[in-house]
Amino acid sequence: MMDVLPYVVAAWIFLAGLYGIVTSRNLIHLVTCLAVVQSSTYLVLLSVGYKKGGEPPVFADRPPSPRAVDPVVQALTLTDVVVGTTVTAMLLAIAVQAHKRYGSLDPDEIRSLRG
Amino acid sequence: MSPPVRRRVFLAAGAGLAALMLWAFAGLPDFGHYVGPYGDILNRSAIPDRQVTAVVSAINFDYRGFDTLGEEFILFAAVVGVASLLRELRGERNRRPRDDARGRRVREPSVAVTLMGLALVGPTLVIGLYVVAHGHQTPGGGFQGGVILATALLLVFLADQYVTLRRVGPMALIELAEATGAAALGLIGIGGMIWAGAYFANFLGVGHAGRLLSGGIVLPGSIAVGLAVTGGFAFMLSEFLEQTLVVRRGRRRRRGRR
Repeated sequence: MMDVLPYVVAAWIFLAGLYGIVTSRNLIHLVTCLAVVQSSTYLVLLSVGYKKGGEPPVFADRPPSPRAVDPVVQALTLTDVVVGTTVTAMLLAIAVQAHKRYGSLDPDEIRSLRG
Repeated sequence: MSPPVRRRVFLAAGAGLAALMLWAFAGLPDFGHYVGPYGDILNRSAIPDRQVTAVVSAINFDYRGFDTLGEEFILFAAVVGVASLLRELRGERNRRPRDDARGRRVREPSVAVTLMGLALVGPTLVIGLYVVAHGHQTPGGGFQGGVILATALLLVFLADQYVTLRRVGPMALIELAEATGAAALGLIGIGGMIWAGAYFANFLGVGHAGRLLSGGIVLPGSIAVGLAVTGGFAFMLSEFLEQTLVVRRGRRRRRGRR
């Protein structure tokens, strides 16, 4: 079970975020749920690169060790975080403008207002 | 689709998606049993090749510097997007910030909050600069340090001195930092083309691991990204703060169908 547990947790986070998006009644909440969905990908990436008894891939104070975990997926996760943040900022800006235009943050209400 | 129906459709689809995901994950290597060769190769070669002790930074700013350039321009595009989405619309005007909630007596922020906020600005800037400047040695680098540096702006806001800050006017500097950082990273890549034969090839001397000036283009790349991230995040932050504080609609607009 431990062999796949992190992946199962990632799938759970993904689906929980997706459920939030589908049932959301507020654009800010919706954007937050999208951030939750994205955070599941961090878990998958970091899990793929992990080694049992792993050590950080930083050798400032000790010699390089074969037990150090994969730095490539960590670099990918960093990219993932940055892209996630920028997408969140963009969507929040859209939510601000939607609220100005329609006076509401409820996606259903906005849809009916738009006709 | 009404919300209950939508929820039921999602639960059915979600169950199918969960089954597919579990099936796919069962085919991944077991957790803790890393197989790919690349991570191990880079962990072995980062110090002999590049004299960089933080391998993640070596990947970000050297081995895969090209990807970081793309990432940097995603940030740039997002900043431009936020700026154009939150620009002053027709019928909006700027006005001096004040509290909009009716029936709420606005209290002056306590002196303790203001002092504490302003006192933390200095240390935050120092930590941010430290993280940017040591990205090639210890965990950190331009992205992490840049976000810490941009936090200083938030502290100024918490200390209720944001309006004063706007009057002093570092906003132009913030935009300049974002643009300069993004351009510098691109130029570092071109430097590789001129002096080492390939875009983002490490064309500077790598020095000795552990020294501040080591790792070739890793440190300049980190600083360029740090500048761009500081500018980008501070700019987006200030755009959102402007929305809440300064920008107001000229006339009240009728709600409803138009």
